[in-house]
Parts: sequence; C-alpha cells; structure tokens
Amino acid sequence: MRFDLQVIASWIEPGSKVLDLGCRTGSLLAYLTEHKSIRGTGIEIDEGHAGEAIAKGLSVIHGDIYEEIEDYPDNAFDYVILSQALMQVMDPETLIREMLRVGRLCVVSFPNFTHYRNRLQMLFTGRAPMSKELPYEWYNTPNIRVVPIIDFRRFCANMRVPIVKEVAISTHHHDEKGTVITFLPNLFATFGIFMLGQPGK
Amino acid sequence: MSEYIDHDDTGRSVGLVRKQAFTFGESGQGLVLDSGRTLAPVTLAYETCGTLNADRTNAILICHALTGDSHVAGYYSEDDPKPGWWDLMVGPGKPLDTDKFFIICSNVIGGCMGSTGPVSRNPETNQPYGAKFPVVTIGDMVRCQRRLVDHLGIDTLLAVVGGSVGGMQVLEWSVRYPDRVHAAIPLATTTKHSAQAIAFNEVARQAIMADPTWNRGDYYETGRPEHGLAVARMIGHITYLSDESMRHKFDRRLQDRVELSFDFEADFQVESYLRYQGNKFVERFDANSFLYLTKAADYFNLENQYGDGSLVAAFSRASCKYLVISFTSDWLYPTYQSKAMVKGMKKNGLDVSFCEIEAPWGHDAFLLPNERFNGLIRGFLDRICTGCNIGGEHAL
Repeated sequence: MRFDLQVIASWIEPGSKVLDLGCRTGSLLAYLTEHKSIRGTGIEIDEGHAGEAIAKGLSVIHGDIYEEIEDYPDNAFDYVILSQALMQVMDPETLIREMLRVGRLCVVSFPNFTHYRNRLQMLFTGRAPMSKELPYEWYNTPNIRVVPIIDFRRFCANMRVPIVKEVAISTHHHDEKGTVITFLPNLFATFGIFMLGQPGK
Repeated sequence: MSEYIDHDDTGRSVGLVRKQAFTFGESGQGLVLDSGRTLAPVTLAYETCGTLNADRTNAILICHALTGDSHVAGYYSEDDPKPGWWDLMVGPGKPLDTDKFFIICSNVIGGCMGSTGPVSRNPETNQPYGAKFPVVTIGDMVRCQRRLVDHLGIDTLLAVVGGSVGGMQVLEWSVRYPDRVHAAIPLATTTKHSAQAIAFNEVARQAIMADPTWNRGDYYETGRPEHGLAVARMIGHITYLSDESMRHKFDRRLQDRVELSFDFEADFQVESYLRYQGNKFVERFDANSFLYLTKAADYFNLENQYGDGSLVAAFSRASCKYLVISFTSDWLYPTYQSKAMVKGMKKNGLDVSFCEIEAPWGHDAFLLPNERFNGLIRGFLDRICTGCNIGGEHAL
C-alpha cells in the first residue's frame, strides 16, 4: 500500500467506522477492514474503480462525493478520509465542514505543491511544474487547485478547524516506502497529511 | 423482462431441474390479500438448484421479472433447447454459485406459469378465474414466497436477488421481513413506478382489453386475445430497450426488401422484430396475467406502504445489507430511482453498495452478459458469506 495510506491507516483506531471519500479501488478500506476491523464505506465517482472496490467485497457507493456525503446522518462515522482528492474538490470548505458533520475526525492528504523540486522546475524552466505526485500537463490535469502545506494550515485556522495531527512525508520511488519530514516540510515534503477535529473544540 | 435466454460460453450448468409446486390454504385458510379479498387455495410453482446446507443458511431467493418464471437456470430435459432465464448468472462457479448456495426461484401469484393466477380454476365455480381473479400486489406475492420459504424449512435467506419487478419483490422482502433477509440485491428497479412507467403499462393493458376476443377476461373457452397481448408485449419490449440499442440493432434497415412497400407491411427491421417478439410471447403468456402483473407493479409504492410517503421511514424497518445496481441506459427505471432508494438506506445507516453500470442495452441489461455486473454480485455475496460463516466449496 502507498506510504501516505500507511500513515493514514496508522491513525485509525481499530473497530471504528470509516468513510473514505474518493476511495478509488478501495485499497485503504480493504487494508483497514483486514488489519483494523473497521466498518468502512467508500464513495467513488469512477464506475470502474467503484465496481472493482465492490467486487473486492467492500461497501462502496458509486457517485459524487458532494452529493453522497449529504445523505449521511450527523456523526455517522468516526473518521472521514479525503486522500489525495483535495486538489480536485470544487469547494473544499463546504466539503470539509460536511466531513466534520458526518464524522468525528477527518483526515485530509494532498501532494505538497511547494516541494522544492516543483519550485526549482518553475524557477529554471519557467513552466508549470510536473512531478510524480502531480503528473499532469496544464491542459489535462483533473486538479483544479494547488495546495501548499503551509496554506492548508492557514485555511484550517481561518475555518477554526483544529489540526489534531499533522505529518509531512516524502515518498520513495515505489511509493510503499517513505520518510517523515520534520525540517521545513513545506519545502521538502511531497505529501501533507492532516487530521482535523471538530471546529471550535 | 425480455426474451434473452442465453447459454454462457463456459458450458457450466446446473443441469436438469424440475418445476415443483407448493400449495397452501387447501382447507380454506388461504391468504388474505392487500385488497381485502381472500385467495384459497394458493399454489406456487418453484424450482431449486444447489444444495441446502445443514444449518439451512445458504439459501438465496431469486425473484423473477414481470413475465419471467421459476425456470431460472438449467434444463428441463436432455434435449431442452434453452436453459432458464438467468442461466448466465446461476450455476456452478457463476456469481450465484450453486456449489455454494441453495437457489430458490418461484413463480409469482397472478402469473400463468404454474402459480395460482387468473388461468387457475376458481374452486367456487370450477371455471378459470379470468378477470374475477382478485387484484394482487407485490406484497401479496412476497407473502406467498415467505410461505414457500417456511415450507422449505428456511428461517433466514442469505440473500434475495431480482431485477425489475423482481427487484420490487426484493425491496418488499427486505422491508417486510427484515429479520429473515441477510442481504438484498435489487437490480434495475424502483420503489415506485413513475407516471411514465404506469402510462406504458396502461397502454399495454388497453391493447389487451380493446381486443374483442378479450371478452372481459372470459376467453379461455372461446379463444385468446392474441393480438391485444402481442401489442402489449411490443409496447413493453420498447421500454426494455434503449434508443442506442435499437439504433445499433436495427437503425432504419428494411426487412426482406429493398424498397418501401407503401402499405402497412413491416417495412423496417424493428417493426418485424417487434411483431415477432409479440407473437412469440403470445405462445407462452396469458393476457389476463399480464393485466394483473402490470397492475401489481403499478401499485407498488414502498414509501407509501411502509413509510407514510417517506423512503427514509420505509427503510428504517430494514436491517439487511444492500447491493443496488442500475444501468445507464435504463429509461424504464432510471438511475435516479435507484439513487433515491440508496439515499433512504444511507440515511438509516444501512450497509449499502451502489453502482450504476455503463451499458447501452437499456433496462434489459441485467439479463445480458456483463463482467462488471458479475464481479459486483460475486464480491458482494463473498462478503455476505464471510459475515454469515458460509463455507466455501462444500455445501452439505
């Protein structure tokens, strides 16, 4: 499993209820179900991915995360996870508020746009950076926004959403391994992973 | 449901099956129907395949669609040209795996394939009921199926599976008997007919009733309203396909001619196809049954019946795990209707999976080969088996 997902998995209490938004083929849910006995549900917009996840024996709804999250009652889950989908979310504030409505804690992870390699690429080539984490050209990217770790923290502060846990990581070639970055994460981390708590608490 | 009965490429089959009958209410105590009338005695024709395990925990009930029957898989004889209607799905190693599961499929009451319906003899007059047969509902059909399940000594069904009107029965089962169903797979279905679906059914019924030989339902001695029934079937058949599938299959191609006839012959392939399907249907189906079954489908309204108009309230009675599947080109029961039921399930915290499968073939897609579809059902049932400790290969 990808290193960022391993970090997320390590944060999840065994036996809890988990909603994974944009779960793709369900690898995190499958891992959590097997190793942490969670009761998990995923939401995935791509039919092929959703189909694969259900075929794995996971409980998954094929649909749009905005529409689908609305239907859950308040506090239906212990954790709501948004792993590497924030860049594609139209209205992150609304979505994160919804996540914290249906879940006690929410986990958000994203590729750190201001990683030094991206900065160097821009500086030296003058072109929009492409990286392993953001492997698209400007004209074919599904990502509608770029997220630096430092800006995400400010975003949470503005929303008065407490950051319960935070880790910045740098992954190696095969993604399964990585290291935690504590020194200048906004410069050296390829991914930021945050756990958010209830606003005003 | 349409006429797709296909052999699968693997050649795997449950082999020979036989139609059985279960009758209750012979001594007068029959079934009080939703209409208030009583039906007695009641016979259900059914077929089974696979083996019931010692704990009686591996039974799956398959509910057939509007004009289907209990012959879900396998063959009646060695030289039977066609297998049951869902032979693609039911059999050894198939998604509804008869090496693991005990499959039950019954005809519904009101039908004409061996279960009590308008063709049956009214014990009071010793004549066929005809249009004097009481109006039945999806709820009535399901209560009869429950009697059959009781009769087979099965307390809890591992799953109830069905498409279209069969899917309505699945939903009804899950809400009416929540403690007797572990899992439910409603396919290409709805919790209530749209005005459009009722409209098509009404036109189909009018086609039958406008046929003079229908004779107010009393035609068993005098000859059947074949033309009316054929037209009804043609209307139904159109709703089972899609614009795309018809374009793909027929477009505007002519049938057995190179020029237009300038009369009312079947010029186009699609006309000829519908006529053929209509005429073929007449050979196996009863016009009165068609009236009763379409009416039952039109009356079905899960939210009204169980939730005072609220689907959320209706599904608050349910406790099973659901797998809901819709198809992109199904315009008879479009995806928004499946999404509405999924919403009701989610709001109740039920375990539900949902997938809208991309398929160009319209409503009939659930009867056609589709790897995605197979994978969904197989994976879902695997999870249900694990949850219920149903063993792998060796059912007892």
